[in-house]
Amino acid sequence: MNKLVIENLSLQYADGTESLSNINMDIAKNAITVLFGPAGGGKSTLLRCINRLNDLTDVETMSGRIMMDGEDILNPATDTIALRRKVGMVFARPVVLPMSIRKNLTYGLELAGEKRKSKLEEAVERSLKLAAIWDEVKDRLEEPAIALSGGQQQRICLARSLAQQPEVILLDEPTSGLDPISTGKVEAALQELKKDYTIILVPHSVQQAARTADYAAFFLQGELVEYGNGDELFTNPQEQRTEDYVTGRFG
Amino acid sequence: MDKDLNWREFIITRAIKASGYSAIVFVALIFIFLLREGLPTLGEVDLSTLFSVRWYPIEDYFGILPLITGSLIVTLGAALVAIPFGIGTAVYISEIAPRAVREVLKPLVELLGGLPSVVLGFLGILVLSPWLRTTFDLPTGLTAFTGSLLLAAIAVPTIVSVAEDALDTVPRSYREAAWAIGATHWQTIWRVTLPAARSGVMTGIMLGIGRAIGETMAVMMVTGNAPVMAIRPGSLFEPARTMTATIAAEMGEVASGSVHYHTLFFIGIVLFLISLAVNVAASSVIFRSKKRSERILS
Repeated sequence: MNKLVIENLSLQYADGTESLSNINMDIAKNAITVLFGPAGGGKSTLLRCINRLNDLTDVETMSGRIMMDGEDILNPATDTIALRRKVGMVFARPVVLPMSIRKNLTYGLELAGEKRKSKLEEAVERSLKLAAIWDEVKDRLEEPAIALSGGQQQRICLARSLAQQPEVILLDEPTSGLDPISTGKVEAALQELKKDYTIILVPHSVQQAARTADYAAFFLQGELVEYGNGDELFTNPQEQRTEDYVTGRFG
Repeated sequence: MDKDLNWREFIITRAIKASGYSAIVFVALIFIFLLREGLPTLGEVDLSTLFSVRWYPIEDYFGILPLITGSLIVTLGAALVAIPFGIGTAVYISEIAPRAVREVLKPLVELLGGLPSVVLGFLGILVLSPWLRTTFDLPTGLTAFTGSLLLAAIAVPTIVSVAEDALDTVPRSYREAAWAIGATHWQTIWRVTLPAARSGVMTGIMLGIGRAIGETMAVMMVTGNAPVMAIRPGSLFEPARTMTATIAAEMGEVASGSVHYHTLFFIGIVLFLISLAVNVAASSVIFRSKKRSERILS
């Protein structure tokens, strides 16, 4: 079952660099799809198309479609605010908002108009448990979130997007600044989460890509080189360039 | 090392040190002078006279309360106008305006900050006060409110400039994080960007208000200079007289060493204490938030 269908997506930034050229991809529901490849390949750009965060940067031209549940989200008429509530995102550097831990989690829901205390409370606990950080912060929810360590902050950010009960979660190198133990916790959490969510992950290393991927897509210079089942792509790539990158011959 | 170079090094460090200390020395000297000339008032004028409501020095009425309330009402009015307007402008320039507009607007606002206040006062007399008089049907256009508007015009560029810098340093990632959880542009500004830039915005407000309290020329030109108690709600639309304007207007005609002379310096002390209090209050707010974040980051 496909959650997202990307058709002929091309995008060019105002400074002339082509960032995506003619991407076609089906992204499966309840699985982790990994977008990997060297820097500048267009992975983050693609992520930012899916929640329309690219609206706010200097995009020169964009063509193609991204269908989500049968609707084109690139359509100018799409309600981007509602879209971003359905498509959560976690960034490379954890960005906790300048408020308490609890506020960080309830903020998005309050913006969406949720006022009932019990609902908010329940969302805080549920999302912190899903992000595997409940035990570490349950006694200090009123403290400023910035007081947490980097690894904890990143899981708060994950919990923050989970609190909105999104359908899709985008993760842009979520563990690039984390130690191996925190990284392990985040990856374990993702494996749990994929039962209920569609996860699209840009990993920070090939190893992480191989560890986590159900499906993997290799991007090079804005081009989708190879896309397929994770196990196969990493053990038996069809394309020479994929094999060269996976085995460390370049990159 | 070269002996010559050693000497130069010695002289330069000493010179820099001396200029650094001299700033402190000058402030201390000014303060001592102010105290020496102002404190005798307390022996010469009864406290009950000093804090009475009548300022008429020629007949030995030295009540400074009308001047204090005059300064307060003018400054308060200025703050009420300048703070929302200044923050609004800063937010527009930093968060909403397209890049081209922004690159024109910011230098323009800063240029406005460089206008001599006399020029603003001139505009106040010729344009603003007749307009206020006819629009609000007042007996005179030279009111505390006129002064407030001019002071606001003086304070706004400072507030905008400092607050915009503060907003500009809020990392882009904060905004993206807010957008990514479905915040609208306005919600992002109001709940994330502004709070994150809070200490810088506060500094801008305090610097702007500080400029307004100390401003003399423009205020003297447009407030009507009537030393009446400004404590009724309607006082804003009546003439008032500020402490700074009193000192500026009367200091030139007073006999050195007289009671009147000492009282003018006493007003200077009061003014000094008020701006000191504003500064201390401002820096304690800023200091507290800074200490908190520093403690957290360490």
